[in-house]
Amino acid sequence: MRYLILLTAAQSPSNPPPELMDAIMKLGAEATDAGALLDTAGLAPSAAGARVTLAGGRLSVTDGPFAEAKEMISYALYQVRSKEEAVEWASRFLKLHRDLWPGWEGTADVLQVFA
Amino acid sequence: MTATDPARAVEAVWRIEAARLIAGLSRIVRDVGLAEELAQDALVIALEQWPASGVPENPGAWLMATAKHRAIDLVRRRATYERKLAELGRELRETEEPDLDAALDDHIGDDLLRLIFTACHPVLSQEGRVALTLRVLGGLTTDEIARAFLVPEATVAQRILRAKRALAGAGVPFELPPPGELAARLDSVLEVIYLVFNEGYSATAGDDWMRPSLCEEALRLGRILAGLMPGAAEVHGILALMEIQASRLGARTGPQGEPVLLLDQDRRRWDRLLIRRGLAALDKAEALGGGPYTIQAAIAACHARATRPEDTDWARIAALYQVLAYVSPSPVVELNRAVAVGMASGAAAGLAIVDALRAERALGGYPQLPAVRGDLLAKLGRADEARQEFERAAALTQNERERSLFLDRAAACVS
Repeated sequence: MRYLILLTAAQSPSNPPPELMDAIMKLGAEATDAGALLDTAGLAPSAAGARVTLAGGRLSVTDGPFAEAKEMISYALYQVRSKEEAVEWASRFLKLHRDLWPGWEGTADVLQVFA
Repeated sequence: MTATDPARAVEAVWRIEAARLIAGLSRIVRDVGLAEELAQDALVIALEQWPASGVPENPGAWLMATAKHRAIDLVRRRATYERKLAELGRELRETEEPDLDAALDDHIGDDLLRLIFTACHPVLSQEGRVALTLRVLGGLTTDEIARAFLVPEATVAQRILRAKRALAGAGVPFELPPPGELAARLDSVLEVIYLVFNEGYSATAGDDWMRPSLCEEALRLGRILAGLMPGAAEVHGILALMEIQASRLGARTGPQGEPVLLLDQDRRRWDRLLIRRGLAALDKAEALGGGPYTIQAAIAACHARATRPEDTDWARIAALYQVLAYVSPSPVVELNRAVAVGMASGAAAGLAIVDALRAERALGGYPQLPAVRGDLLAKLGRADEARQEFERAAALTQNERERSLFLDRAAACVS
């Protein structure tokens, strides 16, 4: 089973602490070595992106940033045997944020990929 | 407030941690069978406690600490493990440092690799190797292994028990193979992984879902091994081969579960991510030197790179089969070469190779031989001979769906 984990969080005025980035790299290496993590990358702020909308039969293209307070931060694609396993990896990822970036809040959506 | 079933959450942690846990315990107790039992005991305790107490902060370390305590209990109860008590006591004193995690992390790569080589040890039967590997490295239950291989659970339990006893009986040390034996021992490991993969790959619609999931298990093992042995060409080779073959899983059966041949597959359904990973692994394997798995992966890559069937580089495939026939000669390889030559240089050239193979005894009952010959004859306009070959292929195959495929081909041969 494949799961896409999408991390969203409020826009942060500061950069993530280097210890967090190190820990994230370590966890990523662990999940890759375990054969579970297939692909992952960070996402640039929506200011660098655009949104294409279809509404009322009309297409419109809007440049970022999007109006929402939350930004998509990163994605990770996992190959696992159950939803719970994907949830466990997502929990480990968020625990790193809790322990190494005080005050940070965010959400990891765990979505099954049809494949 | 948690949405997931606690027992399933424990199971998920087990899946992630089982191999490392058993590997770490094996280093301490020097007995894979005992280590596996201790790890199972820790799992049972987790299943009792975690639903109420919640999953601990570091579940891997929790399971390890619990298993170590069980080890002490067990050793106290069983006089037969007296010798191990001494070893274990010493080992525990040495490793009972405040930072248990770090102590484990330092060893874990080596321990995992030792566990893989031990579970795939040549003193074990092939069935024993496969069952033990899925059990200790994949974290699969006996029931799951049984369902995947279409055998009774008791059979698998017996295979695992026998394998554990064989390891203990032969006094197999929990060590990496000495350099002189490494190549042969690695072959044994790769054979187990590829066997698991093919078992999953041969699953058909309607089979228990555990069966096709064997492909994922094998891929997972291959990826773990590639991380542990980054300098071993054939490890990347087998991984590349599996990733590329697995990329076609969604396209190789039709709506009714009937097989769809490679050239008839809807290539838009091939999994691009797996192809990309497979090609990357192939690059590594080829840079390191390669071997039979790498050559097979290179052949699979020729198909993966072709957007349309007519874009296939058949000349390169034929050349690769020639290399494969040289490093790992077999009539089946030669038959596949005939197909590629038939596509690259014309059906007559392919037929010449097949005709040279007809005397080959090993292919006597092999339905693909007449099927390939029939295909080449049909292309040459020799319809009557082609029909006879397809009928022969249909009579030889044990697979119902394949039989109807051959009979359809036979019916289509009109002179």
